[in-house]
Amino acid sequence: MRRLTWFNATSLTLGFAFLYIPMIVVIVYSFNESKLVTVWGGFSTKWYGELLQNEAFLDAAWVTFKVGLASSLIATVLGTMGAYVLVRGGRFYGRTLFSGMIYAPLVMPEVITGLSLLLLFISIGLDRGLFTIVLAHATFSMCYVSVVVSSRLVSFDRSVEEAALDLGCTPFEAFRLVTLPIIAPAVISGWLLALTLSLDDLVIASFVAGPSATTLPIKVFSSIRLGVSPEINALSTILIGIVAIGTIAASLTTKRAVMRKQREEQMAEQGG
Amino acid sequence: MNWRRFSLIAVPYFWLLALFLVPFLIVFKISLSDIALSIPPYTPTLELSEGWAGIKDFLSRLDFENFEFLATDDLYWKSYLSSLQIAFISTFICLLIGFPIAYGMANAPKEWQPTLMLLVILPFWTSFLIRVYSLIGILSQEGMLNQFLIWIGLINDPLTILNTNVAVYIGIVYTYCPFMILPIYATLIKLDGSLLEAAEDLGCSRTEAFWRITIPLSKAGIIAGCFLVFIPALGEFVIPSLLGGSDTLMIGKVLYEEFFANRDWPVAGAVAVILLLILIIPIVLYQRNEQKVMEAET
Repeated sequence: MRRLTWFNATSLTLGFAFLYIPMIVVIVYSFNESKLVTVWGGFSTKWYGELLQNEAFLDAAWVTFKVGLASSLIATVLGTMGAYVLVRGGRFYGRTLFSGMIYAPLVMPEVITGLSLLLLFISIGLDRGLFTIVLAHATFSMCYVSVVVSSRLVSFDRSVEEAALDLGCTPFEAFRLVTLPIIAPAVISGWLLALTLSLDDLVIASFVAGPSATTLPIKVFSSIRLGVSPEINALSTILIGIVAIGTIAASLTTKRAVMRKQREEQMAEQGG
Repeated sequence: MNWRRFSLIAVPYFWLLALFLVPFLIVFKISLSDIALSIPPYTPTLELSEGWAGIKDFLSRLDFENFEFLATDDLYWKSYLSSLQIAFISTFICLLIGFPIAYGMANAPKEWQPTLMLLVILPFWTSFLIRVYSLIGILSQEGMLNQFLIWIGLINDPLTILNTNVAVYIGIVYTYCPFMILPIYATLIKLDGSLLEAAEDLGCSRTEAFWRITIPLSKAGIIAGCFLVFIPALGEFVIPSLLGGSDTLMIGKVLYEEFFANRDWPVAGAVAVILLLILIIPIVLYQRNEQKVMEAET
């Protein structure tokens, strides 16, 4: 009974217009010749040129990239371990506390996470900079990785792992040769999520960054406070473009994988 | 217990203990301290080198002064109340906007659904800051929204929307809408269409069938969506500081300013502790709802 009534069509159109018009306006005005952000002065790509010559933005982007890569890799390793402990760890002392610490950061307000980490770094005398941002980002994004990976671990057939152990694998070999390939898609999407969270984060980074390291969101935030600018429009367009390409590519890859699996299953049925 | 299993558990465990739990205890401790003109700007500090006497001295100098201060200065309880109000109303508006979208998606032709899903997920992955920024240009005095309203003749003079609470509501609804749409869509897509047909065969009108079948069966998704909007909206900092005005009181912003502008760490700590206490209720309710859904599925 799936048909498009006028009510559904209207709510979809209005809903997506609401979600997309602001972003489309930013993209359109990034090609505006005029410095005034509300008046159209003809097509131009000059703001992209200016953006690429703005050292402060480029430095901040480089810092953000380094932090994102390092923290997301740490988060992926720790998060996968955490998920494995949650799902396969069995009983151990403090298990409830552990699962609480995995789930709590997901709902914690960023101001509290930022404040508490900053107070920790100050009280142990750690100099604030790149390293502290990496630590902070790795900590909260590892919890997201854990949740993504553990939902995959819960749903897969454990007897495959047991078979590997029966056939003489050590537990580590069984993990590397059997478990890891099966949960790999979840690990990869967990990593992408961790990377995105790190690249986007403003609040936690502005608490723990200190004066020596400025990430792109911190830089963007301080210039937005001064008002709308065509350069920020250009930067936003680039970032929206990257996300759009990434998301579309990811969904096409999953679609193709699903189709290939269906075809293989069909062939297997016909062959058998 | 062999050492491999021990280290597998110990590495993430101690990481979270050191970088999640211990920081909280520090916040709690500082919220009980007094402000001081030193670095770090609070006393007392724990001197473990002085042994038991140091710890005793430290404990005896802690008090609940900062919490009493929060209760007497009306800036704080007004901020908590106004945060609760803003989070509550914007969650409700999110539901009013998000439900029809999710409903439309679930009832759209099957071959459209992956694309529609993609259209909801895309804003979700897009930088939060940039999405808030995109609203500034639209809501400003000479922005698109005012131009549009003047053009259709609804108003003659531009409205002041940016830097008011209205802009904060719009901002929260705009950025958190996907969090409302996705869980509701997930429950609606699983809804068995034959139930609705049966209801209509048995004499229900379509609206009646909607209220008596669709809404109760999507309750879990609606509740999940509401908490996913309410919980982060309550502690929101970016939206009130970019879209709100000087009279916009939200506790996330107050905490940030107390810490960075006033450098009053003990009071900032106390603000954080109370915010956490307020958040525990919706978080526990949310987790209970999730557990119920899990049990229903297995």
